[in-house]
Amino acid sequence: MNKEKFILILIIGASIITACGKEPTSLVVMTHDSFAVSEATIAAFEEENDIDVAFLPSGDAGSTLNRAILVKEAPIADILFGIDNTFLSRAIDEDLFDAYITPLVNEIPDVFKLDGQNRVVPIDFGDVCINYDKQFFRENNLDIPSSLDDLTDPKYANLLVVENPATSSPGLAFMFATIAEYGENGYLGFWKELKENGVVIVNDWGTAYYTNFSGSAGQGAQPMVVSYGTSPAAEVVFAEEELDESPTASLIGRNMCFRQIEFAGILKGSKNRAMAERFIDFMLSTQFQEDIPLNMFVFPVNQNAHIPKEFLDHVQLPDHPAVINTDEIAENRDVWIEAWRELMLR
Amino acid sequence: MLELKHIEKNYNRLPLLEDVSFSVGKDETVCILGPSGGGKSTLLRIIAGLEKPAAGQVLWDGREISTVPPHLREFGLMFQDYALFPHLNVFDNIAFGLQMHQLAEDEINRRVEEALEIISLRQVADRSVTDLSGGEKQRVAFARALAPKPNLLMLDEPMGSLDRALRDQLIKELHMLISKMDIPVIYVTHDQEEAFSIADRILILHEGRIVQSGSPQYIYTHPADLWVASFFGLNNRLEGKICSIDPVTAETAIGKIAFSCSKQTFSIGAAVDLVILPTAISIKENSYGLNYFEGRIIENIFKGNNFVIRVGIQESAEFSFQTIKLYPKGKEVGFTIDPDSILCFKRKR
Amino acid sequence: MKILENRQQWSLFWIFPILFIVGFYFLPMASILGHTFASGSDSVLTNQINWTIAGRVVGFTFYQASLSTLITLLVGLPSAYLFGRFSFRGKNLLRILSTLPFILPTVVVAAGFNALIGPKGWLNLLIMDILQISTPPIRLLNSMPAILIAHVFYNTSIVIRVVGTAWEQLDQKLENAARMLGATPNNVFWKVTFPLLLPSILSATVLVFLFNFTSFGVILMMGGAAYTTIEVEIYIQTMQFLNLKMAGILSLIQLTFSMLLTFLSLRISGDRNVPIIPMIEGEGLRKPDSLLEKLFVYILTALLIILLVSPTAALLFRSISTFSMSNSIGGMASLGLTLENYRGLFFNDRHSLFFVPPIAALRNSVLFAAASMTTALILGIMISVSSSKNERSNKYLGFLVMLPLGTSAVTLGLGYLSAFSSTPNSIRWFPILIPMVHALIALPFVIRIIQPVIQSIPANLHEAAMTLGVPERQLWKHIDLPLIRKSLATAAIYAFAISLGEFGATSFLIRPEFPTLPIAIFRYLNLPGGKNYGKAMAMAAILLIICGIGFFIIERLQIKVKGENQ
Repeated sequence: MNKEKFILILIIGASIITACGKEPTSLVVMTHDSFAVSEATIAAFEEENDIDVAFLPSGDAGSTLNRAILVKEAPIADILFGIDNTFLSRAIDEDLFDAYITPLVNEIPDVFKLDGQNRVVPIDFGDVCINYDKQFFRENNLDIPSSLDDLTDPKYANLLVVENPATSSPGLAFMFATIAEYGENGYLGFWKELKENGVVIVNDWGTAYYTNFSGSAGQGAQPMVVSYGTSPAAEVVFAEEELDESPTASLIGRNMCFRQIEFAGILKGSKNRAMAERFIDFMLSTQFQEDIPLNMFVFPVNQNAHIPKEFLDHVQLPDHPAVINTDEIAENRDVWIEAWRELMLR
Repeated sequence: MLELKHIEKNYNRLPLLEDVSFSVGKDETVCILGPSGGGKSTLLRIIAGLEKPAAGQVLWDGREISTVPPHLREFGLMFQDYALFPHLNVFDNIAFGLQMHQLAEDEINRRVEEALEIISLRQVADRSVTDLSGGEKQRVAFARALAPKPNLLMLDEPMGSLDRALRDQLIKELHMLISKMDIPVIYVTHDQEEAFSIADRILILHEGRIVQSGSPQYIYTHPADLWVASFFGLNNRLEGKICSIDPVTAETAIGKIAFSCSKQTFSIGAAVDLVILPTAISIKENSYGLNYFEGRIIENIFKGNNFVIRVGIQESAEFSFQTIKLYPKGKEVGFTIDPDSILCFKRKR
Repeated sequence: MKILENRQQWSLFWIFPILFIVGFYFLPMASILGHTFASGSDSVLTNQINWTIAGRVVGFTFYQASLSTLITLLVGLPSAYLFGRFSFRGKNLLRILSTLPFILPTVVVAAGFNALIGPKGWLNLLIMDILQISTPPIRLLNSMPAILIAHVFYNTSIVIRVVGTAWEQLDQKLENAARMLGATPNNVFWKVTFPLLLPSILSATVLVFLFNFTSFGVILMMGGAAYTTIEVEIYIQTMQFLNLKMAGILSLIQLTFSMLLTFLSLRISGDRNVPIIPMIEGEGLRKPDSLLEKLFVYILTALLIILLVSPTAALLFRSISTFSMSNSIGGMASLGLTLENYRGLFFNDRHSLFFVPPIAALRNSVLFAAASMTTALILGIMISVSSSKNERSNKYLGFLVMLPLGTSAVTLGLGYLSAFSSTPNSIRWFPILIPMVHALIALPFVIRIIQPVIQSIPANLHEAAMTLGVPERQLWKHIDLPLIRKSLATAAIYAFAISLGEFGATSFLIRPEFPTLPIAIFRYLNLPGGKNYGKAMAMAAILLIICGIGFFIIERLQIKVKGENQ
C-alpha cells in the first residue's frame, strides 16, 4: 500500500513541477470546436515569430463565449476567436477585449465591420441555410421551396428537420432568419404553421444532419435540414467516392439563410499583446484566409483571398441573406428563444 | 418407513452411487458412514428430493415419492455448516418451517418457545444468527429442522466444525433428543465414533456402494472386508497361507499364527488376509506357547485412557496395540496374540 | 481487519480519499456555485429563476428516470438470475458484450442506434426489402421510447454485474434449507433469496437511477428536442443564456434529490452483510436442466443479444460498409464492404493542425483510463477498508462519495474551469485533471462493488492464516486479496469503462494535444461529408474493440485457481 501511495504522490508532484516551470512562451487562442487550420499555415507563423501557438477548443460559439466570460477576471487565453454576430453584443458588453486596429483593415469589406470601435475584427463569414437532398426532390417530382412561406405548404409536410435554438448554433441562426423575415411579432405565427406542417426538431446539428437528413451518409427520413451553406461542398470534398455534383444544395430564397460573421479579438489581460496583434494580422493575411474555406468551411473576409474551386462549384451564396442588428439580438435573444421553446416544445 | 431401491447417481459421467438399497424403520436411527466425498451428502439430497437419481426409487410407506417436490416431503434436513438464514434472528429461523406450513401465529410462538427450551437457547431468541457460536448454531439448526415435526430427519455431518469436547457433549444431547422422537433418523458422517455413539444401525458407504450394514458393535468386530477394517483404523494386517486346520493356522511373515474365524471354512494352502485387533496383545515375558512372538517397541503414544504402542516384529511387520502400562521405546518384549482377536478374510485373487 | 490496529496507518487510509474529494469536487463546486450566487454579478443577462420551467423539468426528469430504471430492472433482474445461477455456452462473451454499452459515449450510441433502427438502419432496410415497402416502418428515434431503450442499453450491465455476482455468491444451501422446511419455490424466492439479494438490488437500482437522473447525452441526442431534463436545462441555461443562477438552482435541486435518494437507500439496506462463503469458481452454477430452464436461458440470451449487442454490432458493420449514394431505393442491394474508413483515419486529408491520429487518441484514452482506474481502485480500497473498521466514517464517506454522481457534469466541468484556471499556464496541466475527474465519477461504483465484499470477510480466516505462518502485514495479500479479487476485477472494469467513455466533464478539460477517442469521434461527427461520418464510425468501432479487449483481459485476470482460498 505504501509503495503505491508514494508513487502516486511522485507522479502528481512531478506533473505540478513541470507545469509550473514553464514560462509563457506560447500564444493561447481560445476557439470554438469547429476551428480548423492546416499545420503548415500555423507552422509558418510559429517559425516566423519564434513562438508556440496553442489552441483551446471550448465548445460551440455560445459555450466558448460563456466560458471566456466566466474566467474573464483571470483570462486563460490571449485571443478569443469565434464570436459571431449573434453574440457580438454580449461579448462587447462583457468588456472582454482590448481594441486593436489592424493594418489589414482595408482589405475587409465594410459590411463585415460590425464593431466600430475595433474591439473585434471579422475573420470569416458563412451562411446557415437549409440544405436539401437533390435526389429526393428529383424522384418525388417536388419543386424546391423558394421562400420561407413555401415551407408551410402541405406538400412539404414532415420533410424539414431543424435544430433547437436553445441548444444549437445553426438552429438559433435559422430562428433569427425567420425573425428577420416575419419580425419579432410574426415569427411565432410562422413557426406555428411549421409545427402543424410536421417540422421535426432535434437538439443538435449532428443528430439533425446524420440521423435525420436523407442526403447525408446517415440516410435519414427528412430531405431538408438546417445546416450550413458550405455543407454541399463538404459533401463533395469528403465524399467516399468521387463526385462531380454535390448530392445536396442550399435553399437561398430571401431571408432563408442567415449570415454569420465570425470575429476574433485580443482578450483583456493578455500578457502577450504584441504577439497577439501579430496573430490577428496573420489571421487576416491571404495565407491564413485562403486556408480557411477547406478547413472550416466558411468564406474568408479578405477580398483578396482566392476562393477554392470546390466552393465556387458547389456553394450557392444567397442574394438576400437574413441580417438582424446585433444590439437587437443581444437585447431580445433570450426572450425570443424562450417564446420559441414555449411554442414548439411544450 | 423409508425405502431406497437400487439408487444410482453419476457425477461428471463417473458413478457416484451404485445400486444403493436400504430401508429405515420408524423408530430407527441409521447412520451412513463413509469417507469424505463418497457421495453420502448426495444420497441425503436424493432422499430429500433436492436431486434426482439416475436410476432407482425412493419409497415412503410403500409409495414412490420421486415426483414429490422437496417442500412437500415433510423431511427435515440439517445441513453441514447449518445454513441458518442470516437475515433472520434465532426465533425467526426456527419459526420458518412453521410459517411455511401456515400455522396460526400463537401456535408458532408456542412451538418455537418449546424448541428454544429444549435446546436451552431461550435467552438468545432475538439475536442474529451470525453472532452465535458454533455449538449454538448447531442447536438452532437442529431446532429449526425439528420444529415442523417432520416425518423423517436427516443430519449431514452436523458435528463437522466443532471441537472435541463440544462434540462429545452435543452427541450425547443429540442422542437423547433423538431417542425421544419416534421418527426415522438418518445421520451422515465420516467419523466412526459419532456413528457408534448414535446409530442403531450403520451403513458403510464405500465407492458408492453399501458394503456393510449392521449394528455398531457387530460391524466393528466383524468388518465385512479389509477396506472396512482399515476404515475403522484396524491396520495390523498380515498376509498368510493356511498351513493347518484345528486350530486354523496360517504361515505368515512373522511365523505361524493361529486364529479362530468362525465364519469360514478354510482349506490348506488357501490365501488369507488377517487383521489383528489392537486389543489382541498380552505382554508376557517368556511365555512360549500359542501365538508367542518377540518384538521391539518402536513407539509409544499416550492417549489419555491408554497407550498405543507400535511393535516391530523381526523387521517383518509393525503393529499398533493398546496397552494400559507404559512400555519404553526400544524395549524388547515378548507377547502373545489372542487368537480370538484376529479377523480373517479370504484373499481375493 | 487487524492491520488497521496501527493508528498511523489507519488515519492515512481515510485522509487521502477525503483530500481527493475535497480537492477535485468540493473546490470546483464551491467555485462555480459561488460564482452563481455572488451578489453583484455583473453579467448583463437577466438572472431570473423561472420556477415553472424548473418544476416541469424536474418532474420530467423523475418521470423518465423512474421509467427507465423500472424497465432496466425488468430486463436486468432476470438476467442477473441467468448469470448468477446458470452456466451456458458463450456466457463470458455475453457478459463482456453486455458491458460494452456502458463505455460508449452517447455520440456513438446514437450512431449505433441509428445504424440499427434509423430510417436507413439495418432493421428497417431488412424489413423494407422483405416487405417491399419504401417507407421505413420503425421510427423510434428522437422520441421517448428511444430514451428508454438507450437507458436500458446503457445500464442493464450494472444490474447484471452487481446483482448477478451477489446471486452467484448466495449459498444455495440456504435455499435448499428453505425448501426442506416446506417453502414452495415461490416462498423460497420471496422469503430467502430476495431478502438476501436486497442490498445488491438496492445498490444497483440507486446507481441506475442516478445515471438516468443525470443523463445528458441520451436526452440531448436521442430524445429529440421536446424532452428536457435537469441536466439538459442546466446545459442550456449555462451555455446559451449564461443564466448561472437558474443553472445553479437546478444543480442544487439535482444534487439534493440525489443525496436524498442515496441516503434512503443506505437506510433501507442497512448493514446486512451476506457472508461470503469462499467458493470454488463456478461451484454454484449449473447447466439448465428442465425444458423450462432451457427455454429461459435461450430466450433471455437472445433478448440480451438483441437489446445489448445488436446496436454495437450494427455500428461495427456500418463502419465497414458503404452505401452507393446514387441509389437510394437500392437499400441492401447497394451495400458494399470497405475498410476505407479505417485507412482514412491515418491520413490527414486537409493537413489540418487538429488532425487526430487515431493511435494518439487511442493511446490517450487508454492511458487516461488506466490512470483513472488505478486511482479509483486505490482510493476505493482505502475507503472500504477504513469504513469496515469505523462505523461512522463508513456512513460519511459512503455518502460523500456518491456526491459526484448526482452532480451535473456541466456544473462540475465549469467548476474546474472556474477554480483551476488562474493563469493561462495552468490550463496546460488540465489533462492531468482528466483521470482525476474520471476517478471521482468512478469511485462510488468501485466502493459499492468492493465494500460489501471487504466487510464480509470472515474474521477467523485471518486467525487461521496467522496460525499457518502468514505474517500479519501480509494478511491482505494472501487472504483478503484472493477473496475480493473478483469484485476488484468488476470494479476495475467499470472504472476503466467510465473513463473511456466519459465525455461531458472531459470536454471542459481537454487540450488539443491530448485528444481522447470520444472527443475525436465527436469532432468528426460535427462535419458533413461521407468520409467524416465513416471515420467517426471507424473510430467508434476501434473504441469498441479496444474496450472489449480490455474487458477480456481483466476477466481473465480474475479466474481463480480452484481451491486456492480454502
